[in-house]
This record gives sequence, structure tokens and C-alpha cells, in this order.
Amino acid sequence: MTTETTPPVAEPEFKVRVEVDGSSRPVVVLYWGSSLLWLTIATLAGLISSIKLHSPEFLGGIEWLTFGRVRAVHWDTAIYGFGGLAASGTLLWLQARLCQVRMPYQTLLLVGGVVFNIGLVLGTVGILMGYSTGVETLEFPLWAMPLLVVPYVFIVIANFTMYFSKTTKHTYVSQWYLMAVTVWFPILVLSAEACTNLGAVDGVAQAIANWWYGHNVVGLFATPTAIAAAYYLIPKVIGKPIHSYHLSLLGFWSNAIFYNWAGTHHLTGGPLPAWTITLGVVGSLMMFIPVITIGINHHMTMLGSFHLLRTSPTLRFAVMGSMIYTLSSFQGSLEALRSHQEVTHFTHYTIGHVHFGMYGFFAPLMFAMMYYGMPRLMDQEWSSARLIRIHFWCTLVGMSIYVIAMCYAGIRQGLMMNDPSIPFLNIVRFTVPYLAMRTVGGLILLTGTIAFLINFVRIITPHKYTWATPTLLDTDRDWKKLLAQEKDEKRGVQ
Amino acid sequence: MSRTFLLAFGIFLTIASSITGLVIIPNWQFKELKPVVKLDGTRYPEVYFGDQARGRAIYINQGCIYCHTQQVRMKGYGADIRRGWGTRRSVPRDYLVDKPHQLGTMRTGPDLASIGARQPSVDWHALHLYNPQITSPGSVMPRFEYLFREIRGGEMVSADAIKIPPGRQPGDATHIVPTDRGRALIAYLKRLDQSYPLPEANQ
Repeated sequence: MTTETTPPVAEPEFKVRVEVDGSSRPVVVLYWGSSLLWLTIATLAGLISSIKLHSPEFLGGIEWLTFGRVRAVHWDTAIYGFGGLAASGTLLWLQARLCQVRMPYQTLLLVGGVVFNIGLVLGTVGILMGYSTGVETLEFPLWAMPLLVVPYVFIVIANFTMYFSKTTKHTYVSQWYLMAVTVWFPILVLSAEACTNLGAVDGVAQAIANWWYGHNVVGLFATPTAIAAAYYLIPKVIGKPIHSYHLSLLGFWSNAIFYNWAGTHHLTGGPLPAWTITLGVVGSLMMFIPVITIGINHHMTMLGSFHLLRTSPTLRFAVMGSMIYTLSSFQGSLEALRSHQEVTHFTHYTIGHVHFGMYGFFAPLMFAMMYYGMPRLMDQEWSSARLIRIHFWCTLVGMSIYVIAMCYAGIRQGLMMNDPSIPFLNIVRFTVPYLAMRTVGGLILLTGTIAFLINFVRIITPHKYTWATPTLLDTDRDWKKLLAQEKDEKRGVQ
Repeated sequence: MSRTFLLAFGIFLTIASSITGLVIIPNWQFKELKPVVKLDGTRYPEVYFGDQARGRAIYINQGCIYCHTQQVRMKGYGADIRRGWGTRRSVPRDYLVDKPHQLGTMRTGPDLASIGARQPSVDWHALHLYNPQITSPGSVMPRFEYLFREIRGGEMVSADAIKIPPGRQPGDATHIVPTDRGRALIAYLKRLDQSYPLPEANQ
């Protein structure tokens, strides 16, 4: 049973697909490929910061590698470098496929991709050199920002062009989410920069703008793209339609309305009018509605097809992502409660939650997108099933170690902090072993990333030996083996 | 076409309403906040100038915010006041001159809203920044030794040099002197003080 091949399609439709994929190839491969390089950089920066928190002497005394700078680089390269590029590649390719049109403005998008990467390099070097703006998630110096914003405008234009020239009659649920991302993200970035770094608002209102942005960049950019991917991939791979149209409609609009208001829970207990925090808590709790509806839609579609998880790399990552979407969102909603925040707010628990969402939900769905898309875009199969297996297990195990260590340590840390009889340094010493455990988790994640990178480099380099059928997880397919076999055969002939 | 427009417009409304409700309205509400004039004629909060302003920039570019908050939660919510991090809760007026804000969301290290009042000694700050293990054994804070100049044995000791406690001296360094940047950062930290009793903090 081949799960990765799409069901037989009519000849004209197949032609369209070849046309769409062929025109998307350079752009999408550039975006996805560079996103993986940024993921590697982000993971390395995360690892360095993680080690520094249990062994402060590690790379100590070097100013540009001090914790506060590497930590900022870690998050910004993760969200803009990996997240931004992986999501943009996904957005463009999904929209082209769902509209059944050629990728428009290829040169513009390619130039945009290169400029975006240059902007990321400048921003990263800027932070390391001490030019951070000091506003969390918007640390990139202002002079690097135009290089990130302008290319995104190209993406928005391409997205709308495709949408308005679509040859299909229907609009699929993924397309609502993609449309939403393109409307939200530019408004989000520009108004947040205006309110914080450009000083349009003052004092603590700036803090609200900061966390309105910090929460929404995940909720209105990363999340909708990943949900769009899940809505596309799960039915595609298992060959069944999505469970309920009406639920997807409810899920979309409730997500759009409530996520927007959730950000202020990041300031619970802070020097703000209580009503602003209450709004954030209410918004967060209302998120149960979209999360449950989207969850039902994804999981009910999967019902009866779980055996395919054994073979399909795409499905395995997509299902991991959509399951953790449900779990991490439940965790997030409960976390927003004031009683919960009293303990966990200023602790490693929050860091655990962020990684649960980003590396348990968003990243696996982007990986799933690439595992599904790359063979179609390159007309070449993944060359090693073993590397995919390594990638999957490293992602799952590394992320789990990370999240469990941080969440547990965070709760204990918070309870101890609320007991003034415990000296602060005792709390710091208590967390150190868990911080070391996190480094182990991070190392495992890095291993997985490198495995994926190797496979990715192989699929974009043309090679002689390839397969006619998809690379499934239960095969022992390995490119090296094939090469060796060929050699042996040649020797036999001689 | 009209349905697409409706979709895009609805999406736009969701974000426009949240930024209005969460950012623009509170900002408008804070507009009437002014610094208070204290009995001695000085203002609270006073704008940052000179070393304090330069020190704040160093606080920002070293990324102190990733481990330290500058906000004290109210009595009965957490143990901020009982831990001695402040004498009262923080209020919006405390942050009138903070651009960009440095409220922070993480307490790998303790809160710094009133660190200037809690640790008034320049020597303590200098030693702590130079090597946190001297003042706070077991701390995971990085050393900021590049903000200091070490004075070796036999060298002339300047007036503002700070003695490194015996047993903690690396090599033959006996004293440290903060560089201009180190001096600025210490000036900023010493200025952090929210102990002035603003009336709204008791409401």
C-alpha cells in the first residue's frame, strides 16, 4: 500500500499539477531550504543559551556570545528565520496548489527570499553586536526590519494574485487561513513596531503592544499556517474528506476572534489596569472553542486511518503536530488563569510551553509539509528512510524531554518562589539539573535537524539513482546502499 | 468576489478591534498620568540622563530582561513583597519614562524593580557583575568581566578600585575598576527604586 501517492487523477488535472509544481519549485525550495538552515542556527543558539544557564562559564567572557544576546538570537531566528521562511514557502505552494494556478512573480519572490535572508543575517549580527532594540520578539534593529517587511509584501501580493486568478470554484478551508495570515502579519508587524520601537505609545501601553504582538506572532502567523497545512495534508494522505465543513467554519472564526485578545495574559500581575489582563484571560479561555472544533475535525478525519502512521512520514509528522496542537493549546488556555499564573508566570514553565507549541505543533507540521511537498516539487524521492525515522524520533523524544523537564522544574520553581522562606539561590540551584536535562533534549533535537538537513540536501541535488515509489518509513531504503549495490553489480559484470 | 472581500474584511476587523481594545484605549487612559513632584521638589519618575541613560542602554543590549523582571506584583499575589523585592506593587506611573519598557517575563534571577534600594552599595554591584559567584555562590548569571578592568598586583591602585575578596582573585588581579560602561550600568541599577509611595499603589 502506497500512502504517499495521490489517488489516480484524470490526465488534465495531472497536467495542471505538474505545471503548478514546476512553477513553484525554485521559490518554494529556496524558502524551505533556507528555513532549515535557520532552524539549525536557531537550534545551535538555543543550545548555547541552554548550556550557559547550567554552566555559566561556557563560552564566558565573550561579550557577543553573552546569554542575553544568544537567547534573543535563538528566538528571533527560530520565529522569523525558520518560522517565517517555512511558513511562507508553505503558504505560497499551498495557495498555488489549491487555486491550481502557476506561481506568479517568480523572480520577485526569489529576490524577496534572498533579501529576507540578508535581513535575517543583519538582524542576527546586529543583536550579537549589541544593537538589540530590547523589545522581546522585536529585537532586530530597526535598520534590518525593512529587509524583512518588503519581501513579505511580495508574498502578500503573490497570494492575492493567485487567489483572484484561481481556476477552482471552491475555496478550501486551508485557503481561509492562508488569506488570514497574509492580512494579519503585515498589520501585526507594522503596528507593533510603530507602538514599541517607534514610540507611538508610552509606558506600560508599550508593554501591552509588545505582548499583543509576541502572542499574536505565534497565534496569527505560525498557528494558522500550520493549521492550513494540517487541513491540507491529513485528508490528502489518507484520501478522505475533512470531517465537517461547519466545524471548520466555526473553528476558523472563533480562532480569528479570540486569539487576537489573548496576548495580555503575558503580563498577569503586572502594573496594568486589571481589565486589560482580564480580557487576555477571557480570550485565552475562549480559545477552547476553536481548539476543540479544529481538534475534532482533524482527529475525526484520522479515525480509522491510524495504521498509516506506520508508513507515511508526512502523516506521522502531521498527526504529531495536530495532536500536540490540541494538547499545547489546552495547556496554554489553563496557563492563562490568574491562579495558574501566580505560580508559573515568571518560570521555566512558560519556556516549556512555548517549545511544546513551536516544536511539538508548528515545526512538525512544517516538516510534514516538506516531506509531502519536496518529492513532488523535485520529482525525486527522499533518499533515506532511516534519516526520516531518525528525524521523527529525535523530534518527538527531544521535544518531550525538553518540555517535561521545563514544565516540571517551572512548577516547582514557581511554588518555591512564592514561599519567601526559601532563599532565592536555593531555587536557582534546584533548577540546574533540569536545565541540564534541557540541554540533552536540545542536543537530540539538533541531531534530528541535521538528519533532516542531510536528506534535504540530497533531495535537491540531482542524482542518478532514484526510486519510482515513495520513500515509506517501513523500508530500509538508503541511498548509500543503492550506490554500493550498483558498484557490486558492475564488479560482477566485469 | 464579494465573499472574498467579506472574508478579508472580517479578518481585518478581528485584528483592528484587538489593537484598539488592548493598546490604543489603555494608552489613551494613561495619557493623563504625570510624574509626581516630591516634597524636595524633585520629580518621580525622573527621566534618565547621563550615566543612567547609558547604563539603561547597556542593560538592554546585554539582554538582562531575559532573566530579570522589573515589576512587583501586589500583596497576596505571589510573594514579591514578602521576598523584599519591593515595598509596594508597581503601577503604570512607575514606567512613565521607560522607553522601551523592560518589564520582563522571566525570573531566572530575582526582580530588579527596586534593586537600587535593596543593594545601595557600588562595591556589591561591581563585584556581582564582575563575577556573580563572589556575591551569590551558585548563581547562573554570566560574568560581565568585560565591563571591568583588572588591576594586577604591583600596579598603582586608583581611588575607585574595588578590592576582590582574597581567594576570589584570578591570577594576580587584586582589584577591579569598572570601565565607563560598567560605571554606567551600575548607575542605572542603583537608580532602580520604586519605593516612593505613589497613592494609587495602595488602592
